[in-house]
Amino acid sequence: MGLRTGIEVSLALAEAVGLSRADVIAAYPITPQTHIVEHLAEMVAEGRLDAEYVAVESEHSAISACLGSAAAGARTFTATASQGLAFMHEILFIASSMRLPLVMAVANRTLSSPINILADHSDIMPERDIGWVQLFAENGQEAHDLTLQAFKLAEDSQVLLPVLISLDGFFLSHMIEPVTLISQEEADAFLSPCTLKPRLDPAEPRTLGALGGPEVYTEVKQQQNEALCGAVPVLEKIWNEFSGQFGRSYRSLETYRLDNAEIALITMGAVSETARSSVDQLRERGIRAGLVRIRLWRPFPVRELLSSLDPIPCIAVLDRMLSPGSVNGPVALEVKSAFYQHSRQPRINCFVAGLGGRELSRRTFIEMVNRSLAGESHDTPSIHLDVRHA
Amino acid sequence: MKADKHLEFEKITAKALPEFEALSPGHRACPGCGEMLALRQALKGLGPNTIVVNATGCIEVVSTPFPQTAWNIPWMHVAFENASAVGSGVEAARRALLRKGRLTDADTTIVVVGGDGGTSDIGFQSLSGALERGHNFIYLCFDNEAYMNTGVQRSSATPEFAWTTTCPLGSASSGKTHKKKDLPRIMAAHDIPYVATATPAHPLDLMNKVRKGAAVKGPAFIHIFSPCPTGWRMPAERSIEIAKVAVKSNIYPLYEVIHGEYVVKRNSKNPLPVSEYFKLQGRFKHLTAQDVRTIQDRVDATMDRLLSYARLSDDTKGRP
Ligand SMILES: Cc1ncc(C[n+]2csc(CCOP(=O)(O)OP(=O)(O)O)c2C)c(N)n1
Ligand code: SF4
Ligand SMILES: [Mg+2]
Repeated sequence: MGLRTGIEVSLALAEAVGLSRADVIAAYPITPQTHIVEHLAEMVAEGRLDAEYVAVESEHSAISACLGSAAAGARTFTATASQGLAFMHEILFIASSMRLPLVMAVANRTLSSPINILADHSDIMPERDIGWVQLFAENGQEAHDLTLQAFKLAEDSQVLLPVLISLDGFFLSHMIEPVTLISQEEADAFLSPCTLKPRLDPAEPRTLGALGGPEVYTEVKQQQNEALCGAVPVLEKIWNEFSGQFGRSYRSLETYRLDNAEIALITMGAVSETARSSVDQLRERGIRAGLVRIRLWRPFPVRELLSSLDPIPCIAVLDRMLSPGSVNGPVALEVKSAFYQHSRQPRINCFVAGLGGRELSRRTFIEMVNRSLAGESHDTPSIHLDVRHA
Repeated sequence: MKADKHLEFEKITAKALPEFEALSPGHRACPGCGEMLALRQALKGLGPNTIVVNATGCIEVVSTPFPQTAWNIPWMHVAFENASAVGSGVEAARRALLRKGRLTDADTTIVVVGGDGGTSDIGFQSLSGALERGHNFIYLCFDNEAYMNTGVQRSSATPEFAWTTTCPLGSASSGKTHKKKDLPRIMAAHDIPYVATATPAHPLDLMNKVRKGAAVKGPAFIHIFSPCPTGWRMPAERSIEIAKVAVKSNIYPLYEVIHGEYVVKRNSKNPLPVSEYFKLQGRFKHLTAQDVRTIQDRVDATMDRLLSYARLSDDTKGRP
């Protein structure tokens, strides 16, 4: 059995990269991702991790080096946040299109301007169409576990796709939490050594990243999407295996006190813990609230979402990004779209809050519930919480 | 000049030209494309145990229209500005896998290929970073002095006064108003073990320089003057001739920087006037006599500077 210990979540994640025996790490520092990459550099320096640490000169080069590394057959990891993720944008699509397996952690931080180093989901949400498997961790244990699982998923011969793990900057990345650290023996039993065949092999020359005109482009995209959707059953299998070995179970979304609920909150990431305790508080007051926490953001788990929310009449979605000019934030749009042709039409409200590190407290979730139950209709635009006017 | 002796490599001679062809015929480059001529020669110098990482640009586009490929060696393209970073990743991965026993062939050469735009402009940072980190690859910059793939737009490597579609001619413009960025000099400033200039009109020289680049440990940068009939507004059959004239007029001096020491190929005492070079190309047809004099002065000064570097390298040799 692994050791349960108090550890900073960034370090727990980095330790899992080490347990995965990554071959190459290429990264560029940005707050609040720094502790992850510093810890990895340290592990390599101490000889605890036999990997090449490529200290590139930018995030664009970090992700580009990762593509080269994966094509050369190495188990590959990077991490970034915010401006760094935005800087990678162009290459993120190419990674998935070229079916290059690699794992990236994103310590979610908002985007400039104004420049701000604190958490929200403004960095990750604009990347929702990059074609990667995208997971959100709620706590240190998940950050640790998902990292090991991510390599197994990315490199599965049925999948061969990049996998991304989001963790809220500071609010999760810098927390010291109790985490049951997996031992190396356990990790090795769960994740076999990297068996990726080098795709760049002089003995078997291939052309990677060719020019593809209108006669093939659509089919390439279709196949890519099929591969992404096909990753879900593989992920479920991996989660089964994981719970068999470690006793911790994972699903595409987690539910809390949905039994007999009159309203469900929908959240992602670390703030879900606060949301859960708000649910408890509301239940004590006789308001039948519950919670759905989305762990798997891409591919979006439509079926699981619809069945878990059945027959709840009212839904309050938290969006930690303002999507300018859109009726709602990206999470609410996704939820509404999931319900679009459904026979049942619950009332769905979008609440935009927690931007740029602004506090999300129980008060926030209770306000979401109260306003939703007060009957704001589901076709209203986003409700912006906690906006102070000068 | 003894700097050559620092490098041990198997020299290619006219009598023993490698038969190996990395590129199949039938690719879609324009007739007389200097880039493709030079690329073929460079890869002959390296042989089949080579991995190519290619920046977006003419070479990439003409050689890989799916489902066809001209490449007989492993080849990877990701984007325009990041070929050096992709090459860094390939190199680092192979280093890790060799150390861990998952790869056995340590002799594979990694080559990164880019145009002048992909090298001196948008890919400049990733190249500089890769050189600073000392990745063991050869960078080949095919300089045709503009963004040809997108239709002859200016780059920082476009020479002064030249016409391109983004420095067109007009009552208020007579071509590019800025000087050509001196890329090989900047590359040499990275203190990498090997920097050289070459042209497809000097094939043995080019092949051997590429071999030297492969022989050094750490990064090598080879800048290849690559005439482009389409963009330079000249007949296809002029490519080789124009490269020869570029060298003979000192427009494009051939030199190497081996472990910091300059080795300059001195032309005859009487180089051709630069006007000989300009008159062959439509992109310069608007040049005034004053423009030509300006360039002649610059070319003379550059050559003097290069020769002084070479003398300096010579003088510092053998000192206690
Ligand atoms: C980020 C980005 N910006 C612009 C382009 C468009 N583009 C593709 S190739 C190219 C020019 C290539 O010029 P160069 O590197 O000199 O190579 P050449 O085609 O001349 O061989 C440009 C501007 C691109 N593909 N990616
Ligand atoms: S445009 Fe110039 S560089 Fe491009 S293929 Fe044609 S000749 Fe070669
Ligand atoms: Mg060019």
